[in-house]
Amino acid sequence: MDFFSTAFAIIYQFGDAFAFLVLSAAGLAVIFGMMGVINLAHGEFIMCGAYVTVAVARMGVPLPLAIVAGSIAAGLVGLVIERLVIRHLYHRPLDSIVATWGISLIATQGVLIVLGSTMQGIGTPLGSVQVGALSYSTYRIVLMAAAVLILLVLWLLFYRTRYGVIARATIAAPQMARALGVDTRRVYALTFALGAALAGLAGGLYAPTMTLVPTMGATFIVESFVTVVVGGADIFLGAAPAAAILGVIRAGLTAWQGQFFGQIGLLVAVILVIRVLPNGLSGLILGNRR
Amino acid sequence: MTDISHEKSLVDSAPIARRSRARRWLSHLEGPQTFGSGIAFWTIFVLVVAAACAYPFFADGWTVGNAAYFLVWTFMAMGLSVIWGYAGALSFGQTAFFGLAGYAYGVLTINVGETYGFTFIALVIAVALAGVFAAVLGYFMFYGRIRGVFIGIVTLSVTLVFETFMAQTAGPQWAIGSARLNGFNGMTGMPPLTVPWFGGDIALWPDRPLYYVLLALTVIVYLGLRMLLNSRFGNVLVAIRENPERAEMLGYDIRLYQLLAFVVGGALAGLSGVLYTAWGQYITPNSMGLTAAALPVVWVAVGGRRDITATLIGTLLVLSLFQTLTIYGSQYALVAMGALLVLIVLLAPEGIVLGFANLVDRLTKRRGA
Repeated sequence: MDFFSTAFAIIYQFGDAFAFLVLSAAGLAVIFGMMGVINLAHGEFIMCGAYVTVAVARMGVPLPLAIVAGSIAAGLVGLVIERLVIRHLYHRPLDSIVATWGISLIATQGVLIVLGSTMQGIGTPLGSVQVGALSYSTYRIVLMAAAVLILLVLWLLFYRTRYGVIARATIAAPQMARALGVDTRRVYALTFALGAALAGLAGGLYAPTMTLVPTMGATFIVESFVTVVVGGADIFLGAAPAAAILGVIRAGLTAWQGQFFGQIGLLVAVILVIRVLPNGLSGLILGNRR
Repeated sequence: MTDISHEKSLVDSAPIARRSRARRWLSHLEGPQTFGSGIAFWTIFVLVVAAACAYPFFADGWTVGNAAYFLVWTFMAMGLSVIWGYAGALSFGQTAFFGLAGYAYGVLTINVGETYGFTFIALVIAVALAGVFAAVLGYFMFYGRIRGVFIGIVTLSVTLVFETFMAQTAGPQWAIGSARLNGFNGMTGMPPLTVPWFGGDIALWPDRPLYYVLLALTVIVYLGLRMLLNSRFGNVLVAIRENPERAEMLGYDIRLYQLLAFVVGGALAGLSGVLYTAWGQYITPNSMGLTAAALPVVWVAVGGRRDITATLIGTLLVLSLFQTLTIYGSQYALVAMGALLVLIVLLAPEGIVLGFANLVDRLTKRRGA
């Protein structure tokens, strides 16, 4: 029994870190992997999802529906921003980072002005479960399941649907796809919106566990960047295994030395990984397979 | 002809070599990598410097101290221009070096004091520390051959982690010697830059003396960077920016050149950090946060990152605009900054100052022809 509860505690810690990394990185990884655009307003899409989720949930809508609403809202915002800004910068990746940073400044400060420095949140639902001597939040276990589920759905979307085939074709050979009659601009627009919606989903899922402040996106941003940098361009071969490895590092260091050293550990891991594997884990996996 | 010069150099080689080397460096003051050349440009330059020198006689102490505050930031901006505009590697984490050097200056001067000109020694040590840290980080990035966008992300992550670290250093156990780090509230109580002088040290409070020191430093750094960027080193940097593969095929170790540019930029950001800390006698973790990290990028992008002069002018313009906005529109200032950034990238990717200068250049040439 004692062994079981210790094992559960370790798995819980790891799963919590893994879920956080996967959920916060998924949107960023989709946009980066498919379009080569680093979206610095990623944290603000997360914030958008969280705010909408909480606002809708407090109107009496059940939480799962509210989360979906938050995700859709973020996706729509993404669609607009793609149309107005990102579309014009596809050939200038560095400039698209700078522009998305501008958007991030506008969003953070705009929300601060309009909605004030904090918004009343909703409590974490589902209570807790008792394993051994310790109790664990059930909602966090739901989050772990959600992370795995999202990876699965994304895989199905990219490998089992028509959109997925067209999207992968557009990434692999844009000119060829265009020659075959694919509207690549629409694919890019949809992909950006998908990334934004995933960010909004992450925000919605974590909204009940966090304080809602306009700068809340910043709490996700380091982790999501780190995961994408370590993972490389492919979300399934890169971001997911990277999240698993970084989850072990973070859970281990956090349990051993505390929250801050968990973050330092991530940073050191990143700097070492880029020195050894400049194309990330997916580069390593794809390189060996070739 | 060659014989004569050869004989001459045998007789008295060292001074001539030194003189010609000095002359060669001075000739780098203008060149293909920097805007402005000829009598007209340098006349304007001298006039602007003269006006800047005369300015404190027509303004009160507070305004002069405020102008000095603007000058504090120019070094970080010029450093970012070297890394981003010239070497083509966009760093988002210049504030990490800024904060590191700022805290280092605080820790050193609080522990040792300000006598015997130690504040200036502390300045040098802190800037060197920022340079060494840039070298270590740059080694991992450039020798790891990571590509453009990742440099931005790694540097941004570094500065955000620094911010998190400093923000949690509240409490008496977080102290280096007698310097308390003070967590989120930041560190205070370090002395300003102090010049040792006969009959009592002169402390440079944010007023006229500090303004002149900063103005002199700005001019020196500006001219020094002009010489550096027009030298062989600067030419290679631009070649790498334009086409890394070609530069490498021509036999240049692009990793080394980019690393050196990164160290120069990091040290300059460190200089800004020290001067900022000395200016206001405080530094907080906020100076390494996401917003703080975005600001240098705004200044450099707005002015025109590919030219050191445009960067310098743009930085001063945006800083004064930002302050005016903060005074009159307070909370909308950051929204305006973000909008400015997006619009510049979409409409004038060269930057306002450089775009304007090129326009003037084209118009005058057309009239001449």
